[in-house]
Amino acid sequence: MSTASISRRRSPGDVIFAAAAYGCGVFVLVLLGAIIVSLFVGGLPALSHFGPAFLWHTTWNPVTQTFGAGVPIFGTLVTSLLALVIAVPLAFGIAFYLTEIAPEWVRRPVGTAIELLAAIPSIIYGMWGFFVIVPIMSQYVMPTLTDWLGDVPLIGGLFSGPPFGTGLLTAALILAVMVIPFIAATMRDVFLTVPPVYKESAYGVGCTTWEVMRSIVIPYTRVSVVGGIMLGLGRALGETMAVTFVIGNANRIATSLFDPGNTIASLVALEFPESPAGSLKLSSLLALGFILFVISFIVLAVSRFLLRARSA
Amino acid sequence: MSATIAPFAHPPFARPVRDARVADRLSRHRRRVDITVKVLGTLATLLGLLLLASILLTLIWRGMAGIGITTFTHITLPPGSHGGLLNAIVGSLVQTTLGTLIGTPVGLMVGTYLAEYARGSTLGNAVRFVSDVLLSAPSILIGLFVYTLLVAPFGGFSGIAGCIALAILVVPIVVRTTEDMLRLVPISLREAAFALGAPKWQVTVMVCYRAAREGIATGVLLAVARVAGETAPLLFTSLGNLNWSLSMTQPMASLPVTIYQYAGSAFDDWVDLAWAGALLITFGVLALNILARAVLRRG
Repeated sequence: MSTASISRRRSPGDVIFAAAAYGCGVFVLVLLGAIIVSLFVGGLPALSHFGPAFLWHTTWNPVTQTFGAGVPIFGTLVTSLLALVIAVPLAFGIAFYLTEIAPEWVRRPVGTAIELLAAIPSIIYGMWGFFVIVPIMSQYVMPTLTDWLGDVPLIGGLFSGPPFGTGLLTAALILAVMVIPFIAATMRDVFLTVPPVYKESAYGVGCTTWEVMRSIVIPYTRVSVVGGIMLGLGRALGETMAVTFVIGNANRIATSLFDPGNTIASLVALEFPESPAGSLKLSSLLALGFILFVISFIVLAVSRFLLRARSA
Repeated sequence: MSATIAPFAHPPFARPVRDARVADRLSRHRRRVDITVKVLGTLATLLGLLLLASILLTLIWRGMAGIGITTFTHITLPPGSHGGLLNAIVGSLVQTTLGTLIGTPVGLMVGTYLAEYARGSTLGNAVRFVSDVLLSAPSILIGLFVYTLLVAPFGGFSGIAGCIALAILVVPIVVRTTEDMLRLVPISLREAAFALGAPKWQVTVMVCYRAAREGIATGVLLAVARVAGETAPLLFTSLGNLNWSLSMTQPMASLPVTIYQYAGSAFDDWVDLAWAGALLITFGVLALNILARAVLRRG
């Protein structure tokens, strides 16, 4: 009896199951490697043809077969960073409201509603942006901004130009709406990790809610908050469909926020159907994909690192 | 004493204020700042809710105009001939279902590996990190990857390539919830099963999975909700198909891709259909999300 049970400790089922679990774990690593390698190999012809200048060259001309990643990289960075500038204060306000201001019974339904914003598919944001936000931008927001800020030295140029409604600013706005729920949810979750005794002692010496937030909660959660913002940035960088609808899709470096532009993801989505297999253009698109992957990987890796620091 | 208080008080006050008028002004200033920030926070939340309402109302308003019985009975037809979305709806169902069926077991096993086999190991940490990165990686890149893997070498867009792309998106979502939920299963439950002489795989499958059932189901539902609305990866894999086709080796229609093609068109009835499709997919996805939350709360 006892010898039988000892010899059966590693039953065949155990070996198979452990191997399957191990195999699937390794598969995830292989998957990431395969994605990087396939994009790099696919983009290699373009990268070797244009050299490092591919990164900053601003031409995208299928007729002359000249392709450069300068404009989409510029557009990706500008729209994503601008989106963060808009989204972070709003997301912070929402997290502040949900953790400190709202009455208990409001917190869960409102929190759920904000999280549902993250569940709406990106193409829906694209349609909503194109049919609802773009007309508002062209009729009201852009002319008003031009009136107010158009003549201000240095920054005036950013708010000038024909108010088509589409463009970098509109794309950044839509991106901001899309990343707000991610940043707000992360902020709320990390704000809730602050030990109540810290907050209570601050209230005890007479701090207001905002002072507790500013002097206790934010210093305590600073690292994770930055991690949450980076997570939002990672989302914004690779967003495709929503941006494609509203950015105006023009391959030139914009001098105004109202100018049309493109991002890596929107350019790939738009140009892909006209890129035959094996062409230099398709290779350039794959090279763009590789660049986007590298940028997002770095941002997401930093985000994970900062957010891990909390649980460790 | 002041050294310990200084980081907490803002601005730092070196000495208690003795002058009553100064103290009064300071107190009013602090209260004003507090109220201002509270109002701003509340406004930010209201803005968020307003945006959600605006999206949903726009979808209902425009979608109801385009939706009708023919939306579900007719396939996509040329403009002006009263087409529907039948092939797109069926294509989406097929690809989402198959993608979930392929991706869920893999994700489940990875989550099991992380929670049951690899606690604290270097390989486990690497797998967890990579899975988390894949969770937020741009979905368009998954599409490009599957294109170079399954479309370009075999010379054609296919439904199965779309399924694989969606499956890759499903995996990290299921991994995250499975690992989190398995970690919540008490050790004593496992020990009780081990004490009965059950091998580890049986403990995992028959005890841990059962204890974490609701959580794992939530992850799968969330994964379905996420991939059902994905457009970008399908553009490079199953491409979309305006005709009726259930062949997995041919291009296959899907709701998001059809919405993308129709919304940008110049024909009013196509734009209406795009809104109808958008209404269907959004409310489907939101219903799945709410269902997932309900399942989790019951567990």
